[in-house]
Amino acid sequence: MAKRSVARQAARSLIWLGVIFALLVGGNALAVFGQAGSWVPKLALDLQGGTQIILEPRLAENQSVSEEQLNQAVSIIRQRVDSSGVAEAEVTTQGGENIVVGIPGEPDQATLERIRSSAKLEFRPVLIAGAANTEPVEPVEAPESPDDQERVEPTSASDLAWITPEIDAEYQSINCFELDTSGANVADPNLPLVTCSQDGFERFILGPVEVGGESIADASSGLIPGPNGAPTNDYGVFIEFDSEGTAGFREVTERLITLPGVQNQFAIVLDGRVISAPRTLAAITDGNPQISGNFTQESAAILADQLKFGALPIGFQVQSSETISATLGVSQLQSGLIAALIGLILVVLYSLFQYRLLGLVTVFSLTTAFVLSYFVITYLSNAQGYRLSLAGVAGLIVAIGITADSFIVFFERIRDELRDGRMLESAIQAAWKRAFRTILASDAVSFIAAVTLYLLAVGNVRGFAFTLGVTTVVDLIIVALFTHPVMQLLGRTRFFASGHPLSGLDPQALGAVYRGRARFREPVAVDKTARERSRGEAKRRQTIAERKAAEAEAADRGAGRIT
Amino acid sequence: MSMLTRFGNGLYTGEKSFDFVGRRMLWYLIGAGVVLFAIVITTLRGGFVFGIEFLGGSEFRVSQPAQIVETTAIDTVNDVVGVGSNPRVSIVGGDSVRVQTEQLTTEQTELIRVELAEAYDVPVSEVASSFIGATWGQDITTQALRALAVFLVLVSAVMALYFRTWKMSLAAMTALLHDLIITAGIYGVLGFEITPAAVIGFLTILGYSLYDTVVVFDKVRENTAEDGEESSRTFADSVNLAVNQTLVRSINTSVVAVLPVGAILFIGSLLLGAGTLRDIALALFIGILAGTYSTIFIAAPMYVHLRENEPEARKQGRRKEVAPVASSGAVR
Repeated sequence: MAKRSVARQAARSLIWLGVIFALLVGGNALAVFGQAGSWVPKLALDLQGGTQIILEPRLAENQSVSEEQLNQAVSIIRQRVDSSGVAEAEVTTQGGENIVVGIPGEPDQATLERIRSSAKLEFRPVLIAGAANTEPVEPVEAPESPDDQERVEPTSASDLAWITPEIDAEYQSINCFELDTSGANVADPNLPLVTCSQDGFERFILGPVEVGGESIADASSGLIPGPNGAPTNDYGVFIEFDSEGTAGFREVTERLITLPGVQNQFAIVLDGRVISAPRTLAAITDGNPQISGNFTQESAAILADQLKFGALPIGFQVQSSETISATLGVSQLQSGLIAALIGLILVVLYSLFQYRLLGLVTVFSLTTAFVLSYFVITYLSNAQGYRLSLAGVAGLIVAIGITADSFIVFFERIRDELRDGRMLESAIQAAWKRAFRTILASDAVSFIAAVTLYLLAVGNVRGFAFTLGVTTVVDLIIVALFTHPVMQLLGRTRFFASGHPLSGLDPQALGAVYRGRARFREPVAVDKTARERSRGEAKRRQTIAERKAAEAEAADRGAGRIT
Repeated sequence: MSMLTRFGNGLYTGEKSFDFVGRRMLWYLIGAGVVLFAIVITTLRGGFVFGIEFLGGSEFRVSQPAQIVETTAIDTVNDVVGVGSNPRVSIVGGDSVRVQTEQLTTEQTELIRVELAEAYDVPVSEVASSFIGATWGQDITTQALRALAVFLVLVSAVMALYFRTWKMSLAAMTALLHDLIITAGIYGVLGFEITPAAVIGFLTILGYSLYDTVVVFDKVRENTAEDGEESSRTFADSVNLAVNQTLVRSINTSVVAVLPVGAILFIGSLLLGAGTLRDIALALFIGILAGTYSTIFIAAPMYVHLRENEPEARKQGRRKEVAPVASSGAVR
């Protein structure tokens, strides 16, 4: 490989790094000027404080909350908060009946809604539907109950026999604009329900629950596709039922298509209110219905999340929402940062001592890595709601070690190659191939850890996994797009190439086998035939990647001799 | 040139060599001894002490205090419960103080209410107390353990595929177990509270330990792949040479990783006392040292142990007796 192309290669790497920086800074700038973002990462609850929301259960008289219900609610609320970003919320119980949610920053209405609403979804057949009363109505007296003998047992959920005079009276007098749905959450799924649509313009008598939200396996949101497959402008929630739900849904829809009028409609009831009541046009056999309604992109996403994590076993209302100060406070963060600074200075001194001027490459690489991490975190803080906790800061400080290790592995490899008698430039090239493989393999392990923990764990563990993932990727970017090209360029300077004692790459000090001015012989430790044979054996055992690398290396060596 | 460089020269050529593999029984014994010590002492002390984040506890709320100072509450709780109770104090709504402590008895609770009222100069009726549940509940623990199990299986599989032998995975996992027991053991032995920060520290160590092992194993893979049947070195020699050749890297890396952590530990525990910073730094400090030790003294020898008796590896050893070539080692 010609010298100029090495320089060009190095320049290309550095340009790529510049592009990454430019993109990050640009993305940040967009967030700052467009969406009230910030150039500083947002801090988590432990460092900055936030809002403490106390939720109390909405209970009917004589009803109480069991510990199990409360724990279940805590777990569901935590998943809901987590799904809105990596905010590391704190969710706990208080006094055996309240739930306390601590979240950083100030929650908007959507966040409160996401946390609070129980999201109990029911599919009920429509028995009677009509326009809502426009004015408050006097309660209609239920007529005298007919004798029990005259009552017909309903044969299916769609049977109009469900409508007893009491139910009808309730329907006549229902006031949709003052409907209190707090009790609806505990409505008996085996009995009919009288309720209104969410916008309050329609009233319904609905049959018993046919399919419940507990049969939902997964839910997502997006634009509803139109009849020709192209997306329409309406947002909807897509549901995926488990096998039980699928079977139940098929059974109901098969019955409903045969029925006339409003009985053909199927009401989707959320927390006691009908969000939509579509007509049944065909039997749905695949168990993947979609819900339309007056959704925005955000409200559809929130509902999908809520359905995915399940309904709260009880309804809650916000008792209080107050600001809360940080549990750790600024003093801890300050001392942490001072400690990190001291640690960093020690790292710099040690690197310079160990690697002389080469240590400066470590220092600059670490600085670049720090700046890159800072921008990545700020960007994610603006875009993903990531918040830096003290544990996150500690994670970043440990990352100093892991990032520096990549340089150390690379440097030690270069020295090994020099010890074998290579010239600096080819030593750098050979060392890079081997070192990068090692770095890739070890970073892969860290990255798998980050991804697995992020996807499967909840709470603080997720925040940690996020930081780990970010620092691992930054490590790879820096070593490939900064440290390597910088070494390639430095290898061409006389100071390093001649092996100045202060360069940290002095072949003599490294015990290389020396044979005259700047030329080294390859050490011959084993007789040639034995070596060839063992090479052949090694070749046979090579992986494809190794073989390719060896071929490339051979080509490089051939070219190197010509120059 | 520093001493370590000259040292590294000798290690690279094999001129200087530490017998990591040969004296493995000694290293195993040391590792097992420390692990056993950690387990036995922790058990004797009655297991781990978990923080209020895991167990829940008592909560006090002082409304409208004369002055809103957090340290007053910390001092009060320490007076009643004893120093080291590490209460979590924060200001709620700008006008009241929230104090969370470990689970207290009824008498202690009453006492703290009275003392808090006195310290903040408010009537006792303005100090409310209640129980709080765990913020790090059973559900988080269960999910985290499940994630961990998936991760370990995944990483074992990936390592087995990459190195083309499951024996490296097994050796790495054993070293990992050693590191985790020792790191957690420090908390058990010293009786330090296990907090979420400490758990995050353990998880970091999990990643670091495997990372360190993979770096050294990659050199082992390179060395052992290079010498075939005709090699002058036994399989054990090759592994030992790889560990020696990466020794300078291991030393440098662990020093660089431990320096910042040590600074945090020093500042965290000396200036601030118990707290998130100390918790996480302690776990990391011990874990990094254990991780470096276990890679060199446990993972590598164990790998040799597992492979030595394979027919191919044995063939390699026999050659040595026939042609005793100087094992100065610079075979490439």
